[in-house]
Amino acid sequence: MAAENQLHVTFRDEDIESLRKQMLSFARLQLDDEHLAEDAVQEALAGALKNASSFSRQSTLKTWVFSILRRKIADVLRGQYREPVREACKECSTDDDELFDGRGHWQAGATPRRWGDTHELADSTQFWQVFDTCLEALPAEQARVFMMREFIELDSAEICASLELSTSNLHVLLHRARLKLRACLSDHWFEREA
Amino acid sequence: MLSCEQATRLLSEGQDRTLTFPEKMNLKVHTAMCSGCREFGRQLGSLRTLIQEEKDAGPAPGKK
Repeated sequence: MAAENQLHVTFRDEDIESLRKQMLSFARLQLDDEHLAEDAVQEALAGALKNASSFSRQSTLKTWVFSILRRKIADVLRGQYREPVREACKECSTDDDELFDGRGHWQAGATPRRWGDTHELADSTQFWQVFDTCLEALPAEQARVFMMREFIELDSAEICASLELSTSNLHVLLHRARLKLRACLSDHWFEREA
Repeated sequence: MLSCEQATRLLSEGQDRTLTFPEKMNLKVHTAMCSGCREFGRQLGSLRTLIQEEKDAGPAPGKK
């Protein structure tokens, strides 16, 4: 009992249990098979909790765990339909027309403006709420690589190996994630209407 | 001359790998003239620092 509690000092057992329930109802919807759903949740949760100490907030952990679960479910579905394991990088296409014009320059209104003082922002619960919402709004694969890079602090080679991504696809995903995340933080925190 | 899209791509990659000398020079030329990309670069640094500080601070309870 005590040993189990030490495994995830940051998160209470009831937090994990409630997370597991949310994952299970999500997996059931996608897989339509109770057994497969439970297996996927179990595997995703076990894999995710190995890195739980990288996430000090429950909401970030949730985003992380769900990104892993989505991938597990995709693997299961892919196995059922006998599709090739490696698929094209769906989220790698250039889709940032709202940020850049045809010549690759900032669109009017999208140009980054100064954030101002970020000291002591790390202590602001409200800031991290906005941050989590912005992170969740990213396409799943982008959020996942961003968290692997910035929260778990894996290097590019480790991320590429574990996700079977090419380095160039990884860099595209991280670029898109950072563009969108900083735009979202500007809109909803740094330049929000008072 | 880099476009802003290319410049931000290099600034992002600079967080994940060491840029080559020509890449750094191209970026310097671009950011000297482009305040948007200059801010983008600063903000990537701020983001990394914030996430680091938040992780160091530990679990949420006990925070202001």
